[in-house]
Amino acid sequence: MNMNINMKMKAAVVVFPDSNGDRDAKRAIETLGIPVRFVWHKESSIEDFDLIVLPGGFTFGDYLRTGAIARYSPVMEEVVRQAKRGAKVLGICNGFQILTEAGLLPGVLLRNRGLLFLGRDVWLRVENNATPFTSAYAQHQVIRLPIAHGDGNYYIDDEGYKRLEGEGRIVFRYCLPNGVAPNGVAPNGVAPNGVAPNGIAPNGAKGDVAGIVNEEGNVLGLMPHPERLVEPILGGQDGRGVFESLLNAVCGRVN
Amino acid sequence: MPYQAKVTVMFRKSILDPQGAAVERALKAHSEGIDISSVRVGKVIELMVDGPGPDIVEEKVKVLADRILANPVMEEYTVQVESLS
Amino acid sequence: MNVWKEHGLTEEEYTQIKALMQREPNYLELSLFGVMWSEHCSYKNSKAQLRKFPVTGPQVVQGPGENAGVVRLDGKLCAAFKMESHNHPSAIEPYQGAATGVGGIIRDIFAMGARPVASLDSLRFGSLDDARTKGLFRGVVAGVGGYGNCIGIPTVGGETFFHPSYHGNPLVNALCVGLVEEDKIFKGQATGVGNIVMLVGARTGRDGIKGASFASEELSDSDPDKRPNVQVGDPFMEKLLLEASLEVLEAGLVVGLQDLGAAGLTSSGSEMAGRAGSGLYIDLEKVPLREKNMEPWEIMLSESQERMLMIVEPSKVEAIEKVFDKWDLIASAVGEVTGDGHFTVRRGGEVLASVPAEFLTDKAPVNLRPAAEPEYFRALKKADCSQLRDWKNWTDLLKKLLASPNIASKRWVYEQYDSTIGTNTVVRPGSDAAVLRLSGSSGSPGSVKGMALAVDCNSRYTYLDPWRGGAIAVAEAARNVAVSGARPLAITNCLNFGNPEKPEIYWQFVQATDGMAAACSALSTPVTGGNVSFYNEYDGRAIYPTPTIGMIGVLENVEDRVTSDFKAEGDWVVLLGETLEELGASEAHFLLTGRDEGEVPFLDFEKEKKLHAFLVEAARNRFLASAHDCSDGGLAVALAECAIANAMPSPFKGTSLKGTLGVTLDWRGSVSPAAALFGESQSRAVISVSPGKWEAAKALLKKHNLPATLLGKTGGDAFSLRYNGALLVDCPLSHLARLWNDAIPEIME
Repeated sequence: MNMNINMKMKAAVVVFPDSNGDRDAKRAIETLGIPVRFVWHKESSIEDFDLIVLPGGFTFGDYLRTGAIARYSPVMEEVVRQAKRGAKVLGICNGFQILTEAGLLPGVLLRNRGLLFLGRDVWLRVENNATPFTSAYAQHQVIRLPIAHGDGNYYIDDEGYKRLEGEGRIVFRYCLPNGVAPNGVAPNGVAPNGVAPNGIAPNGAKGDVAGIVNEEGNVLGLMPHPERLVEPILGGQDGRGVFESLLNAVCGRVN
Repeated sequence: MPYQAKVTVMFRKSILDPQGAAVERALKAHSEGIDISSVRVGKVIELMVDGPGPDIVEEKVKVLADRILANPVMEEYTVQVESLS
Repeated sequence: MNVWKEHGLTEEEYTQIKALMQREPNYLELSLFGVMWSEHCSYKNSKAQLRKFPVTGPQVVQGPGENAGVVRLDGKLCAAFKMESHNHPSAIEPYQGAATGVGGIIRDIFAMGARPVASLDSLRFGSLDDARTKGLFRGVVAGVGGYGNCIGIPTVGGETFFHPSYHGNPLVNALCVGLVEEDKIFKGQATGVGNIVMLVGARTGRDGIKGASFASEELSDSDPDKRPNVQVGDPFMEKLLLEASLEVLEAGLVVGLQDLGAAGLTSSGSEMAGRAGSGLYIDLEKVPLREKNMEPWEIMLSESQERMLMIVEPSKVEAIEKVFDKWDLIASAVGEVTGDGHFTVRRGGEVLASVPAEFLTDKAPVNLRPAAEPEYFRALKKADCSQLRDWKNWTDLLKKLLASPNIASKRWVYEQYDSTIGTNTVVRPGSDAAVLRLSGSSGSPGSVKGMALAVDCNSRYTYLDPWRGGAIAVAEAARNVAVSGARPLAITNCLNFGNPEKPEIYWQFVQATDGMAAACSALSTPVTGGNVSFYNEYDGRAIYPTPTIGMIGVLENVEDRVTSDFKAEGDWVVLLGETLEELGASEAHFLLTGRDEGEVPFLDFEKEKKLHAFLVEAARNRFLASAHDCSDGGLAVALAECAIANAMPSPFKGTSLKGTLGVTLDWRGSVSPAAALFGESQSRAVISVSPGKWEAAKALLKKHNLPATLLGKTGGDAFSLRYNGALLVDCPLSHLARLWNDAIPEIME
């Protein structure tokens, strides 16, 4: 991989009070040779970035609602501006929650259906690999990533859900290890009827939705943590594809 | 003028409230002779406000509730204002 | 009421205080003595005994006495680690009690200048068929997770044990470990006359007033007055405090640092002055308060969470304030270091209390309590184990054991914890020890080493034979670390016991700590710190003595780590160590009879050391596909755990997703089938080795002169055990996996 070309990509990880996945996100991106700057949430004017990550955490304790207070941090106006400009914005876990609160993504993340925090690995199916976040994966590729959240139960009204589905904006869906996603269309084109009427998402997410993009396709929110599984020593590198895709999208294919 | 505003935030009726459902199960197990249903768990936010009059206080607090305290995608709220003078 | 009683002091202690002070102490001064001379702060009932622990070694950078112990891992890179109990608060309010326990131990670690990288928990509850116990279990697990997840420190391992002796008095022990470079370790010392004492973090309220003396009393059902003692944890505040503190330490702005735990400002202030041999004063007018009209003694004894005390040179106060302001935190200059040796409390110019700091920290009485061997000790050694010995349906017994809460998968617990944040976690919960790399996002880039951590105590053993049980707790914790491929380095501990004023309890304490000391010496794993929790009684009945051990070990290369699960079809399965005819004190005997009795398994330190040496060298040479400690439930349970360790529950009830690997084993031995399958002989482990590595592994076994039994091979979906020609256990693996996975979730639903 050509590190010099990667150096041209400019990436930021926003640090809110009680962001706690900030260092993990920075490290994951840096393993691809991409330099990363931590941006403090009180910064109201920042240089242009190719990628802005809103990392996992419990911003402001999540005491009111997840992401509800962070979305009013000064930096968020910049995030909105840069998203409009076409910068890629990646919201992971709490970052996803902030993006929905800020209105950059539709829907909302409710308490997990079982009311318990869930820290475990899940299987995901890549439902759309024609995005800047997923091009390094094959369509319908099954990947394994950790989740760690108490509020990952994605909800949107039926109309909004149909729209997401129709526009190919559901990017990641929880599935079984063999790729069966009862709420999605199976790779062979046949939906497995009646296997799990309530879905298989451990958090109860509508339609087993794990990650979505905005209309323009440059803002992704997802509950699982790609940044935690990019090195074999940690048990796999299925998350690496997200960052490789971003690198490809920004710098063109380099490898 | 000092006022106390009380903002009650509840899930909208169409949203599944798993906490409410869990509390309902617990209550049903401990209630004899009455029938418990439709248990919902919400939150109450109390604030002290100094403002020119109750109507304006209520109006301003509603704006805050709309913007910050409740998320209209899933929640609805009510505001009560009480004079403390 | 007598004035001393109100402060939890005895008349003798009061007389002693008057003699020391050479005057009548005032109310506030007596309050200071009351908390500082409580067992919780002074260790007055345990100090004499704790002096027997080995505390030195080439790996030890900081032994007992500071906020945490420190061991060297890789060059300058060190681990600061400590374990602490929060038993009584958790009995009253399980969520907040557990959460603030986690918060407190995390502060101890960053007070050393270390960035906390992982936590472990050791939890004990009464029997799970009791509704109240279920509530405590649910609340404690949620509290541990709630705090750790929010602050972003992974909870990477632990243990959960259920036994009626913990009814009403659960044990919540939390361990935290952090990384720090040797020359950047901070100490809790108030040095430099004229330096400023700063109180940073949360405001002071009426939280947990007299929690230290509360921890030194027994619990009963009729104590509603004790409820206001519960502190509420704020992990968000602590996260900010952690980042701000590490930032000012990194910038070299701080001289000394100490967290505020039990007895709040009183203990932190007097201990910092005591350690440095200096003095300091605190001006109550400068302390930011959360509530109005707080009395001086309330401010001094408040246990409001998420606060730290810093000693700062006057020229750096402004810089400190600036950093804390960035994090939206308060940093207040509340006093000054003096040279008079006194711990002084002032209100503006008025002196409210002034006591030589060493009177509070070092002059507390050292009690040598009378110890008496309890009657049960000899009586329970003889046990009738015929029910287990003559059992017929071994498959059925194995199923029952796998579905019993003590053996069943603890997935329900550890999935409520974030175990992967920080990208340090190489071996996650569910194996014998957690393994972390040292080069993760919060570690040290460039290090190839790893550290392994385990917590352990079998309190059935420590009840039946406190000396041997204490020794086994150390040996087993070391074994858990060694099967992971790490060399055991040192321990921290939580010594949970009943009321030490009862001679039988004190005897348990003396015996258990003597056994620990012997094991720590034999295994070269010195004690670097810990805590003592006495008065764990409910309605006058003591818990089983529970000296929980937290062991740390080091891997020369983190890639060498070994996990407990079988890896591939056709691997050799080998039992290391010797199996004796030992059925007493076993989980299987308890399951069948409901009785804790019998001789605790024999422990031979030399055999234990040999096992560890082999395991570490075999891991270093990458000979091992898997390795698992053979302990609670015996060999049959250990083998089943290796086979089903990765069995993921399916989203569809009643099925397992995948991750099991069966075994068909056939071996011979001299002990009874019961002892072969379910006996708990010590110093054993189950390993699996790929055929290509088997010859080399055999040579290594010979080199270490370690007895080993070849049991058979992995493969298929069956779990089939044939011993001395008889097929004893035969069952589809998916069935075992389901029982093991579903037991606790089904109880908790």
